[in-house]
Amino acid sequence: MSRLDVQNLRYGGFGPVSFSAGPGERLGVTGPSGCGKTRLLRALADMDEWQGEILLEGQAPGAMRASQWRRQVAYLPAESQWWFDTVGAHFGTSPEAEALRVLGLDPEVLAWPVARLSSGEKQRLALLRTLANRPSVLLLDEPTAHLDAERERAFEAVILGCCEKDRLTAVWVAHDPDQLRRVATRGYRMAAGGVWQEASA
Amino acid sequence: MNVIALSWTDILLAVLPLAALALVFARQRLGMSRTIAIGAARTFVQLALVGFVLKGVFQNAHPVWTVCFSMVMLATGSWEVSRRQHRRFAAGWTIGLAVLGLFTAGFTVTVYALVALVGVEPWWTPQYAIPLLGMILGNTMTGIALGMDTLTQNAWKQRAVIENRLALGEPASAAIAELKRDSVRTAMTPIINALAVCGVVSLPGMMTGQILSGSDPLAAVRYQMMIMYLIGAGAGFGSLLTIQLCANRLFDGRERLRLDRLSE
Repeated sequence: MSRLDVQNLRYGGFGPVSFSAGPGERLGVTGPSGCGKTRLLRALADMDEWQGEILLEGQAPGAMRASQWRRQVAYLPAESQWWFDTVGAHFGTSPEAEALRVLGLDPEVLAWPVARLSSGEKQRLALLRTLANRPSVLLLDEPTAHLDAERERAFEAVILGCCEKDRLTAVWVAHDPDQLRRVATRGYRMAAGGVWQEASA
Repeated sequence: MNVIALSWTDILLAVLPLAALALVFARQRLGMSRTIAIGAARTFVQLALVGFVLKGVFQNAHPVWTVCFSMVMLATGSWEVSRRQHRRFAAGWTIGLAVLGLFTAGFTVTVYALVALVGVEPWWTPQYAIPLLGMILGNTMTGIALGMDTLTQNAWKQRAVIENRLALGEPASAAIAELKRDSVRTAMTPIINALAVCGVVSLPGMMTGQILSGSDPLAAVRYQMMIMYLIGAGAGFGSLLTIQLCANRLFDGRERLRLDRLSE
């Protein structure tokens, strides 16, 4: 039994997908647009219907409330959404000043109105918002699409830090093979129609 | 004193200004004269029909006729709720929820009024039951239609926000809470406005009718007060109930947003 076990997972006409990932592992997933990568992450977070087996520490999603599962298997969508007026209202517990500094965010950013945020700032704040739930599996969907090279590295470092320190497991979907080479401990390729295969490093 | 009866000739005279308006519209090519003509014709046919039916029901007072008439009102009201939706739930859920909301709120409030307030014997006397139910049902229908439409439309538009909130581990009830509140507010707006301005800006139709037929204005006013309060409760409880049930229907057992249950 490892952290995340996925056996013969089928979702929305894609799959079967099988893999397992241990604590601290980072699975890189790449593949052409429309091959079902985002849908895979959504199925893992139990946000779409699926068949097969998903186990977190041996427990299926059905063993707990869906909201509880999603706090542990956290999906970070490619486009983050903000529904309150201020940034801070979206955080239960405020992120530490150090985390804001590392990601290159203004120390006062939590007091800002959401309208003032750039798309890059939204992406970095969305990461902090998701990490605040202290998930054990993080599902990342093109998480650095709006970031320049420097910010991108800082973003990667924060996640790698969580994998090292808190033994966070990550499933990382990206188009950039260089990024996956930097962050992933293992790689998978998804072909059109959701055909799943292990990729060589 | 009795009300001065209008003859069919008087009705012809009453329609003249509206006909003149339709003529002006046609001249200016505003393209509404057809709609006006159809609306006027519908008013005539529907009211004439209702007049004959009510006359029959009143002359042969029997609970079966009162119930039949109420069922027709319930069915047309539910149909109207469904017709006013931009997006309906598949498999008849929209009309089903409308029936449930209208019946539960509208009928309960009406029966309460008939038994506890008006105290007419027997309580189903059609002269009282049918107009009361009509007014309460009509306003409850508006509330339910507005509330449902606001909820489903906003859920459709804010899909990404709702799903992001679910992804952050919020229960479905929390992810849709703001939308529900907005829908209840929209559903209640017409009745809240009516409560605020009634008697000052507008003289309600029922009160006007009673005064015209020679009732003491104070008696008419008391009837109108009762109606306003009952309408408020009916529309409020009816929309609250249907909005809650609609919100439940938007999610499945695993708290997934199921917009696929809605159609255009």
